[in-house]
Amino acid sequence: MPSFVITEKCDGCKAQDKTACQYICPHDLMALDREKMKAYNQEPEQCWECFNCVKICPQQAIEVRGYSDFVPLGSQTIPLRGTDSIMWTIKFRSGLTKRFKFPIRTTVEGSVDPYAGKPEPDFATIKQPGFFTAPARKE
Amino acid sequence: MEKETCTFSYCKKPEVTEVDCDLLIMGGGMAGCGAAFEACRWANAKGLKVVLVDKAATDRSGAVAMGLSAINTYVGENKCADYVKYVRNDLMGIIREDLVFDLGRHVDDSVQLFEEWGLPIWKKGDDGFSMDGHQAREAGKAALKDGGTPVRTGKWQIMINGESYKVVVAEAAKKALQTNREKTGMAQNHFERVFIVKAVMDTNGKNVAAAIGFSTRENKIYSFKAKAMICATAGAVNCFRPRSVGEGMGRTWYPVFSCGSGYAFGMQAGAELTLMENRFVPARFKDGYGPVGAWFLFFKAKATDSYGEDYCANKEYFDDAVARYGDYAKGLGTAIRNHLMMRAMKDGKGPILMQTPAAMETIAKNMKEKLGDKEGTKKIKHLEAEAWEDFLDMAIGQASLWAARNIEPDKVPSEIMPTEPYLLGSHAGCAGFWVSGPGDLPGTPEHYTWGYNRMSTVPGLFMAGDVVGASGHKFSSGSHAEGRMAAKAAIAYILDNADYKPAPKLSLDEIAAELYLPFEVYEKYKTYTTAPEINPNYIGPKALQARLMKISDEYFGGVSTWYMTSKTMLEEGLRQLEMLKEDANKMAASNLHELLRCFENYHRILSVEAHARHILFREESRYPGYYYRGDFNKIDDANWKCFTNSKYNAETNTWEFKKVPYVQMYA
Repeated sequence: MPSFVITEKCDGCKAQDKTACQYICPHDLMALDREKMKAYNQEPEQCWECFNCVKICPQQAIEVRGYSDFVPLGSQTIPLRGTDSIMWTIKFRSGLTKRFKFPIRTTVEGSVDPYAGKPEPDFATIKQPGFFTAPARKE
Repeated sequence: MEKETCTFSYCKKPEVTEVDCDLLIMGGGMAGCGAAFEACRWANAKGLKVVLVDKAATDRSGAVAMGLSAINTYVGENKCADYVKYVRNDLMGIIREDLVFDLGRHVDDSVQLFEEWGLPIWKKGDDGFSMDGHQAREAGKAALKDGGTPVRTGKWQIMINGESYKVVVAEAAKKALQTNREKTGMAQNHFERVFIVKAVMDTNGKNVAAAIGFSTRENKIYSFKAKAMICATAGAVNCFRPRSVGEGMGRTWYPVFSCGSGYAFGMQAGAELTLMENRFVPARFKDGYGPVGAWFLFFKAKATDSYGEDYCANKEYFDDAVARYGDYAKGLGTAIRNHLMMRAMKDGKGPILMQTPAAMETIAKNMKEKLGDKEGTKKIKHLEAEAWEDFLDMAIGQASLWAARNIEPDKVPSEIMPTEPYLLGSHAGCAGFWVSGPGDLPGTPEHYTWGYNRMSTVPGLFMAGDVVGASGHKFSSGSHAEGRMAAKAAIAYILDNADYKPAPKLSLDEIAAELYLPFEVYEKYKTYTTAPEINPNYIGPKALQARLMKISDEYFGGVSTWYMTSKTMLEEGLRQLEMLKEDANKMAASNLHELLRCFENYHRILSVEAHARHILFREESRYPGYYYRGDFNKIDDANWKCFTNSKYNAETNTWEFKKVPYVQMYA
């Protein structure tokens, strides 16, 4: 289900040092046309439809159109990702619309302090089972 | 044919940067993030330098890039020995029980950390129904580490709200790397958009001295020299011709960006492989490849043929399966269920259907009986959302496909179908490298341990996640834990080998020439024809992949032969594959994106070659439902209840195979 960029909405992330969609796409699909300052999906048949470009786009300029080999036209799946939850709007071909909201995290983004309150590693145990955080289970 | 070389006569020479470190982590998925988290803590105390290289952005790289709706390995109230038995049953009797037990005894700590970092985990409410991660928090439900009760679907799986699973796990890894930078004064130790392509051996002939790769954003090449390395990259996808060959080629079940780079890296280093014949053919919702696990396990839906018959209970199919595959068939593991489904399909009883309406109706009835109409209706609404979340968290396109086809799961059943084959070692497959186990478990045979946990047969080269062989069913949490186990052992290795100084066999100029050869080839010949994509002097990345997929599909048991192959088929396919491998010397790239694709597809070719040669070596059909040897269509325990190990010699382009004894450690 390849992502596509809406011409009118995309501003090439000109206010940022790099385009958000190019930064995030796990498969290096999003490219920037520097003349037009518009992003585009350069290899739609390699798109995994992970929606990461859709979720990250600051202009909400990216949507997804069903894979032409098996998806009938007329549906829409639109995420709106907030700081602690995500809203989904799913429009059926028939016009039926469903809306869902799901949690995405329980902490503030950027607040993870990985080693706070964790024990120092004990080098006497480095060749034994267990992690620096806790010993391994016995059974 | 004449070999192409790069002398930078046609393309510009890139800048080459050498990065020196103690531990190099290749791959930023679950295993790589686990490795970074564990390694940096130990490394910081000794001033050791840890570097992580990711070909994408770590927030959304690896198999969990889209998110996940469940964590499939959480041992919790169960016993690790039972986890071993479950994995053994599903992988047809041959696994490294030391590795699997070791994974089981470590994995829960990672899951509990995920929750601490902010991953919402479903909890069981006081009324016995499920609460999402936010509801559970608001109701004051205890965290897993404090004895909170997760919502189990199967014995080993727990449900999560996992849209941001990878973002949360990456945050901890990135912060860990930051502490290591602060401790060691390194300017950079987290490289995104750098694709590692090749292992460069040491002049000592034993170690891997450097991992070389290129930036996919600028004309820059990197040589990462390290005392120890952890290969934490993905399995191999889009190797076989997929069922959808248009735009839908991208809608793979496992991530389309998994290209076997870890297999290729270890093979180039001469690391021993095991069970590379194993593959995974998931039965998933047709075309959208949405997950079926929650539907089977949580909603208790049944899959039937189009006449409503449970194909697993068909006497003719089942008896025949037992006759060929013995007691293994009775275990009804994933492979056997696939096999029985295909029997029904071949008899024209398809489409195979997941009976979602019946399942939803039963649950709704129970809820109304238990809770009354009003509360029951509320819960049913929650349940419907849960069903959609299962897709929206991890296979969004499946939700879109249902919407486009006007499928409401409580009203119409949905088609399921076995996919094209996938190579991997962390999900329900176990293709990968032969690694050392922990060595402390009672009953471990000698040949399972050589010093450092998760180290391959190449000293200092560790493996984690998809590339570890004979130890499947780790999934996301297990891969994270395995990354940590490998990292801890790698730190121990580095401390024991403090004097080792990597001395790569290739000069930086030779490395640059090898990595940029596809640019040189393209620039040299591109003007010979009027359309650069049609040129007799080179092959582009898409053509390379199309040829690979056609060979795999038609000769190595892809969907077009119903997963059937044989000695004669394999040998012909391997002849054609050898020519494709030679032609890879004439890969051409017109930009960095194509250069990435060229090498990704080269890694796929090497992965597939290992896969095909392993299938050829094992003269039985150990994994019916995944592939069949038509010339040996049975399970032959007397001769083949063993590991099949191989070693590739990249210099001579030759293979060595051997059988390695399997030992049952847990009765």
